[in-house]
Amino acid sequence: MKRSYFAAPYLLWMSLFILVPLGIIVYYAMTAVSPDGSFVFTLENLVKAFDPLYMGILGRSVYLALIATILCLLIGYPVALILTSKNFKKGSLIVILFVLPMWMNFLLRTYALINILDSGGVMHQFLGLFGIENPKLLYNSFAIILGLVYNYLPFMILPIHSAMSKIDGGLIEAAEDLGANSWNVFRRVRFPLSLPGVISGITMVFMPAVTTFAVSRLLGGSNFMMYGDVIENQFFFMRDWHFGATLSLVMMILMLASSFLFRKYQGDDDGGVLW
Amino acid sequence: MKKMFTLMLCLVMACTLLLTGCGGGTETTATLRIYNWGDYIDDQVLADFRAEHPEINVIYDMFDSNEAMLAKLEGGAEYDILFPSDYMIEKLIAEDMVQELDLDRIEGLENLSPSFMNMAFDPENKYSIPYMWGTVGILYNTTMVKEPVESWDILWDEKYSGQIVMYDSVRDSMGVALKRMGESVNTTDTAKLEAAINSLKEQKPLVMAYMMDNAKSTMINGGAAMAVVYSGDAIFCMGENEELAYAVPKEGSNVWVDGIVITNSCQGENLDAAYTFLSYLCEAEVAKANSEYIGYATPNAAALELMDESVKNDAAYNPPQEVLERCEVYLDLGENEAIYARYWEEFKAN
Repeated sequence: MKRSYFAAPYLLWMSLFILVPLGIIVYYAMTAVSPDGSFVFTLENLVKAFDPLYMGILGRSVYLALIATILCLLIGYPVALILTSKNFKKGSLIVILFVLPMWMNFLLRTYALINILDSGGVMHQFLGLFGIENPKLLYNSFAIILGLVYNYLPFMILPIHSAMSKIDGGLIEAAEDLGANSWNVFRRVRFPLSLPGVISGITMVFMPAVTTFAVSRLLGGSNFMMYGDVIENQFFFMRDWHFGATLSLVMMILMLASSFLFRKYQGDDDGGVLW
Repeated sequence: MKKMFTLMLCLVMACTLLLTGCGGGTETTATLRIYNWGDYIDDQVLADFRAEHPEINVIYDMFDSNEAMLAKLEGGAEYDILFPSDYMIEKLIAEDMVQELDLDRIEGLENLSPSFMNMAFDPENKYSIPYMWGTVGILYNTTMVKEPVESWDILWDEKYSGQIVMYDSVRDSMGVALKRMGESVNTTDTAKLEAAINSLKEQKPLVMAYMMDNAKSTMINGGAAMAVVYSGDAIFCMGENEELAYAVPKEGSNVWVDGIVITNSCQGENLDAAYTFLSYLCEAEVAKANSEYIGYATPNAAALELMDESVKNDAAYNPPQEVLERCEVYLDLGENEAIYARYWEEFKAN
């Protein structure tokens, strides 16, 4: 009784700002405006959402987000490993340093990245020292992926770090006592136990990366659309809220599906899960 | 950047509103709810109007695009005075959201230049009066572009590959391509639109990026050789970087006019207040202050007379009549908007 009482503010919050909007999106996605101005049920929008045009854009968004996620994992996993190693007493300070960029607004960081990558910027001068003249760093897929990795890397490191910190030191000592070398300790003990953190990190990087539109617009120079851009376009330029809602719905279903997929691999122990 | 600034401005406005709300003992008899673009009026003009008319309670809100304004109105928000652009005025008229003006009640109407009256989107100025205007053209860096910029063709010149910035909107990019072919920026002929989008596709490998507001900082920093921009932005950039110049190509371009309209919901004392405000904005000194603050050209001929010779003769600020004659305003596309949008989505998909 008492416990449910304390949950009331969150339940209210959730229903007002998550469930109701979700309902509105589904409602808009499944309807269209009939000539007399009323809403009628239709699946037309849903069919249109599977048009090769939009599927192609979705494919590219998923592709870029996947590359960014893999890069985050490749960079983030060793970092988390180093941070949790017992020789690294200052681990928590370094963790703060990794979280520090997140204290600054996401858009500001992206704007800063434009200046760094722009011709005449720091990167151009730096690469110029090695004789690389006028590299094309901005307004392409490379810049988008760089922006995604730069912005979302902490979301990969933190859950992995948290999962690794929770590994019982006794297990590792036991493995060592039984004669495993450091590679085998990693392969047979550390890595399997850090997997929940990895899965959680992948989810936390992949999902926002697929839906991004600011990064593609600012760093990609709007040379092509990402799925988030198409949705924004429907609401603001086309003013077709119904189709915009349908595209959002497709996106959400994709997110849900991948979330279930990750959960399945995650197993019961959700030690490193942040959400 | 501009959005941040607008946001801060909103905060300041909100504070001033609160303060003015508390102070002063004069009874307000009318309320004027104004909905304007962000950063699109001289703050002093607004403050002076409030001081001169303590009986009018002025509520001032801001939007950042015509579409956002329309979305808010359709969502049920009520305002008395709006500042929409040409094609949006046409749309508001078609959707019966604005009322017919009684032009006799606007003092200083004769100050407005005939060049900006009776425009195609509101042929007899039944619903709107002009507020600001400008052109779309090419802003270029004279250290990178040595030849004279006369034609839109230069944006298709392979010499400048990777140094060209286009405007990231359907109407403006299609408008450039259509004008280059000698067609109207308002065409709905699919064959012509097809040709225009194909020429944009052909141009795409040469384009560095499609930008909106960020084109300004890129051009000021010398990050691109040329960009399609609005004349007001061009004037701002040229003030920051002397290497920049602006030209309206010979094939013609888009001339845009932002107007002032009164909504249907404005009635009674509020309507009187609305005409008082419109008359105030038509005063030469007020129009001059607004134009100088915003950096866009005023359609107020009397205000232009008061300005410095250097400003009057600045071809970017006040282009000669023959340039204007080659330009046309955007009209509301109505149903055909979907055709443009579809082309744009296809264009951006690949």
